[in-house]
Amino acid sequence: MDKCTYKTFETAWCPGCGDFNILEALKNALISLKKKPHEVLVVGGIGQAAKTAQYINTNGFCGLHGRAIPPAAAAKIANKNLTVIINTGDGDTYGEGGNHFIHNIRRNVDITHFVHNNQIYGLTKGQASPTTDLGHRTAVQPEGSINFPINPVLTAISLGAGFVARAFSGELEHLTSIMEEAIKYRGYALVDILQPCVSFNKINTFSWYSKRVYKLDDSYDCTDKLKAMEKAMEWGDKIPIGIIFKKEMETYHDKVDFLKNKEPLVYQEPVSKEKINDMIREFA
Amino acid sequence: MDYNILIGGAAGQGMETITSIIEKALKRAGFEIFTIRDYMSRVRGGHNFTQIRFSEEKITSHRDKLSGIIAFNAKTISYHIKRLENHGFIISDESVKFEDARLKKLPLMETAKETGNVRVFGSVAAGALFKLFNIDISFLEEVLKETFREEIASLNIEAVKRGYALVDSLYSISLPKKDENILINGNDAIALGIIAAGCKFYSAYPMTPSTSIMNYLAGKMHEAGIVVEQAEDEIAAINMAIGASYAGVRAMTGTSGGGFSLMVEALGLAGMQEIPLVIAEIQRPGPATGLPTRTEQSDLKFVISASHGEFPRMVIALKNPEDSFYQTVRAFNIADKYRIPVVILGDQYLADYTTTIKPFDLSKVEIKRYFNHKDYMDGKKEFKTYEINKSGISPRIIPGKIEGTRVLADSDEHDEYGLITESAEVRKNMCEKRLRKMELLKEELIEPSFYGEDEPDVLLLGWGSLDGPMREAVGLLNKNTGKKYAALVFGDIWPLPVKMLNEMHKKAKTIINVEQNATGQLASVIRAETGITCHRSILKYDGRPISRDEIYNKLMEVN
Repeated sequence: MDKCTYKTFETAWCPGCGDFNILEALKNALISLKKKPHEVLVVGGIGQAAKTAQYINTNGFCGLHGRAIPPAAAAKIANKNLTVIINTGDGDTYGEGGNHFIHNIRRNVDITHFVHNNQIYGLTKGQASPTTDLGHRTAVQPEGSINFPINPVLTAISLGAGFVARAFSGELEHLTSIMEEAIKYRGYALVDILQPCVSFNKINTFSWYSKRVYKLDDSYDCTDKLKAMEKAMEWGDKIPIGIIFKKEMETYHDKVDFLKNKEPLVYQEPVSKEKINDMIREFA
Repeated sequence: MDYNILIGGAAGQGMETITSIIEKALKRAGFEIFTIRDYMSRVRGGHNFTQIRFSEEKITSHRDKLSGIIAFNAKTISYHIKRLENHGFIISDESVKFEDARLKKLPLMETAKETGNVRVFGSVAAGALFKLFNIDISFLEEVLKETFREEIASLNIEAVKRGYALVDSLYSISLPKKDENILINGNDAIALGIIAAGCKFYSAYPMTPSTSIMNYLAGKMHEAGIVVEQAEDEIAAINMAIGASYAGVRAMTGTSGGGFSLMVEALGLAGMQEIPLVIAEIQRPGPATGLPTRTEQSDLKFVISASHGEFPRMVIALKNPEDSFYQTVRAFNIADKYRIPVVILGDQYLADYTTTIKPFDLSKVEIKRYFNHKDYMDGKKEFKTYEINKSGISPRIIPGKIEGTRVLADSDEHDEYGLITESAEVRKNMCEKRLRKMELLKEELIEPSFYGEDEPDVLLLGWGSLDGPMREAVGLLNKNTGKKYAALVFGDIWPLPVKMLNEMHKKAKTIINVEQNATGQLASVIRAETGITCHRSILKYDGRPISRDEIYNKLMEVN
């Protein structure tokens, strides 16, 4: 298994887009974890980030805008042998798909979620996203965004997610190692990946992020939830990147006996006719 | 013999429980049963009623005339007494303020109290009812023992015995054949069909009148190895089902019209990604919230055209509980065969009425998955998710099963590999490939049920749950009038099977559509598809199910 395992495709991304590094990190992480392409399912909604599944030779599911999480969770429930990874954007995850973001944290299916967060809508050409800073001017917000942004990391921790990290597309090795940790984590793992949008976000640029991000070191205890929430709120001149919060939790599969202890659902035999006849007889 | 008993009162008074016990006991005694449930969208108060019809002969509809009323309050009597036969009876508690020669005021409440708990009130009434018909209460005892834990059961049995002693027999009926039936409603039949079809994943959001499908499945989750997931909304429900189906399990969602409205975008996703999907749409009157607990057939045109763009789909209108079981299994087979979404269309009437039928025959059930793993195991043939071929049906494999294969599903227009494309040529080819499946599907459609005379004066056209009422209405009309009547009732409804329709419409002088909606949606679809025009319509859209008597009476009026 080497670099050639994961092929290169022509993309529709702008030169300099953070998505290139995220895709590179994803391939590196999968190689390092010895995942073969056919064992992996990459899921996306709609947006530039969501096209990731098109540009990697794993299985892929490119669904509807905002709806990446439900099919990803369900595919994992159906086949626990698949490594299911969502790659999709801030608009897709926190805007259109906000309700799924909330409730799949509660579900805690063992899937990994990489949010390409460029704080702007790219594919629709530059409108405010749920993470766009206050005052950011766009074509639709000509006087600057008047709605304050959500903090995805803080939100995820407060909702009870067991693995929440922030990364930066400009830090390839660091991003790769966080991705590996997220994929290895048993349960829903969210990595909010800051990335520049070279075409439509002229404020949160590569250098804007570069000047602000700093890596959490060993002195940081990511198992303390209150401290993690405090850390998650750090935003502005200094933005922490790394695993903000991590805790072992029961997964969805752990709580359903026939998912946990049997072969993947997709390979389980249909219930026997004798059993169905018993069920029918209950109506006699 | 053919009796019809109404049980009415306020929500929360336990009518549903006692109705289930009485109908089951009558079934055990060997009768055919047809029970409808009319309940309000509230947990307490209001007016709810059930109507248990029982007969020696096969019955397929509720009817209007009442043989008797069991009234839990005075309102029940005043609401329904106009339907009571002249020689009928009313049982109520002695405290009820109402006067009528047919009313038997009994100390139901007092007897219940003496038995030990006012809540066994219904069982006292059930005992009295069985005495009126001179039916052995052992059937009630048997059902009570099965329904309740020992202590509660014996209390209720005592109540039944005391109720039995309160009245004298009115009728002398002999018990019919030995009971070999099951007693089931449409939604439970769908749920059993889902299990029999080997479905492993059901995600839904609760919405009356579809919720009981999810309730049944949830109760059998471990036994049947089916994941039942209550989604955060209907959008999640259908997208989850699509994701599970992509991964290779049989998957399904269920809802009513309002929830289906939310699912519409994803219906198109299943069409575009060519992922098999079964959806139960159990109609209730709309638009918007409408009448949550009542019935209508007003989503037909919506369901056959829902979602933007053009893609193949199938819509099967369910006719009765027996049909609901077998068609649910067939829906899964068709969805897998053609890789399309299949909607099974029910309604509140069918969802909730219970009737006696023969137990489902599993020898008629076959699970056909149409996977193509064999062709790709040796790695010689390249797998393409959307391979273009003559049938339009591309091969299907389970993602992750075969090394070197990539299953790529896409909601954008895509090439054979599932890669996004804007090529005009590929777009055209893909569009045609998808629609070719529809042409193939048309070859295996089931023609509508036919009832009545081969050379009719009047041809009735209906669909779905009106099957039973129309069947009985046609029987009565042919028996009681000089005219010849026939009915075609559509189950497969999209694509519309037209062979029988084309044959029969030429023979009939008058064609009348009978539907539970205000605009005659079936007539409209038939006109669009065949040019055949209905001369008259019988339409009902007050949220209440149309009975065979209403159809009969309307036809007597118009002819």
